[in-house]
Amino acid sequence: MNAIVSVEHLSKSFGGLRAVHDVTFSVNAGEVLGIIGPNGAGKTTLFNSMAGLFPPTSGTVHYLGQDVTAWSDAQLARAGMVRTFQLMRPFGSMTVLDNVAVAAAARGTKEREAEEQAWEILQQVGLDHYATRTSKDLPTAGLKRLELARAMALHPKVLMLDEVLAGLVPTERQPVIDLLLSIRDQGVTLLFVEHVMQAVMALSDKVLVLNHGEMLAYGTPSEVVNNPEVIEAYLGDEVRNADSD
Amino acid sequence: MADQLVQTVPSPLKNRRFFDGNMIALVIIVVVAIPVPLLLQAGQESVAIRILIFAMLGLSWNIMSGFGGMFSFGHAAYFGLGAYTSSILLVNFGISPWIGMAAGMVVAAIYGVLVGWLCFRYKLKGTYFALATFAFAEMLRIIVQSAQVVNASVGYNVPLIKGSSWWLMQFPAGSSNYFWLGLILLAGCLFTTILFARSKTGKFAVAIREDEGAASSLGIPVLRYKLTVISISAAMGAVAGVFYTQFYLFIDPDLAFGSYRSIEAILIPVVGGIGTIWGPLVGSVLLAPLNDITAAILRNPPPFLDFIQGQSGLDVMLYAILIIVVILFLPKGVFGTIKEKVKRK
Repeated sequence: MNAIVSVEHLSKSFGGLRAVHDVTFSVNAGEVLGIIGPNGAGKTTLFNSMAGLFPPTSGTVHYLGQDVTAWSDAQLARAGMVRTFQLMRPFGSMTVLDNVAVAAAARGTKEREAEEQAWEILQQVGLDHYATRTSKDLPTAGLKRLELARAMALHPKVLMLDEVLAGLVPTERQPVIDLLLSIRDQGVTLLFVEHVMQAVMALSDKVLVLNHGEMLAYGTPSEVVNNPEVIEAYLGDEVRNADSD
Repeated sequence: MADQLVQTVPSPLKNRRFFDGNMIALVIIVVVAIPVPLLLQAGQESVAIRILIFAMLGLSWNIMSGFGGMFSFGHAAYFGLGAYTSSILLVNFGISPWIGMAAGMVVAAIYGVLVGWLCFRYKLKGTYFALATFAFAEMLRIIVQSAQVVNASVGYNVPLIKGSSWWLMQFPAGSSNYFWLGLILLAGCLFTTILFARSKTGKFAVAIREDEGAASSLGIPVLRYKLTVISISAAMGAVAGVFYTQFYLFIDPDLAFGSYRSIEAILIPVVGGIGTIWGPLVGSVLLAPLNDITAAILRNPPPFLDFIQGQSGLDVMLYAILIIVVILFLPKGVFGTIKEKVKRK
């Protein structure tokens, strides 16, 4: 198989709390995996333990055929497995350009070169107008783009996105989805946690559903949305929420 | 369409050059400062030199705590290690303070990295980190104070020479050379700060200060860069210590490692502007002459202040008032506030 990332029997407990339990899946290079599930299902914890933020309690993570379970987040990022955060975490006092240049430089690129690359990426994600502003002055939609731009500066092979669409109004979503599609078209493998089903359906090749830390379903988007258990555990909620909006 | 967009937003990278505004300002400041000792009256020169020493110390603190966000309450340690290393080498072995300075920078940097590594190893942050740096500096003071091998509480007198020598960093009292020597060293510290601020290391330092977790997730080796920043700051602090010793020709444990020194290192950038290139220099120009101004006032108070004649402690009071005013009205420091105002327009 051509799996770029494979996760086997991954579990993560915090004391007595089993946040993630026995999750197994793999993603092929160039694929897009959507991860959905109700709040508290362990989606972000799964990301965190895959991305080296804290080691899993048991199980393994392989990336490009290597066992990277014990790698730190910085090591993984430099190797091309990069994550973004649900809450935007810009380096507030730095300019938008420097925010991205720092990420490019972390790969070992020379400063000048890193700035050139950062500038190109800012044009790509449509933040070039803001390049010389400090990042704390960006609106939410801009910060989301900045998170993506920083991640792109690391030339990721695998990009793990934690709710990039959260906090955006519907009209702001489509441009970001388009951006994600263009990133995918560059051959980047995407893993993304998302509540916005519009994006999950539009982007995913496969969908993984988590509930109470366990895998509830794993398959193509259409398989998953028609799975009665998934509807019961998650999508039903989604429909009810949508009604009450 | 895409081409149009590119045209409407010119690349901000086009006009990057080595001699940017900061470098030009540095050159102007140095050129303007060169004739200063020729214009001063006797006695005022020591004030000018104190400005230079304090500015170096403030710049040193500013690298680690301003840009790097690691609050140091123990900068006396770096200052003292510089002063003592060069004094020991000069007094016991007759080695030039220039070499002593290099050695002191290395010793201070090693000490800084060691203490920093210990603190980060045990995940000390914020207040706890600050307290740890304070404790280690106090520890050094007490060790030096009780160690006969470094003259304990007596300290060191720099052996006097006849005439003046750049190699031994010693000039007759009142010589303008001291000022020019200090100016060279300060220019070096400012030059280093300017390069640091625009370097990869400097940008990583700010990124780590702003959000350590995000920095790490972007592949920045956080620990390595924190320690690098500390070592640069420590080395700069040592330079200030060596120059201090060579100017006053005397050093003892309190002058070198006293907590007062650590507080000075903090106050100068706080008043001037934390995390800015020019803040420490501005802060030093404002704070360093305070002692002398208050001394002059105390000797010869204006009529309505007769009652303070001969009292002591006025400088400390003025310090306190100045700090309160700065914190209340200029929380970003004098230079920091000006910078912000200019940017807004």
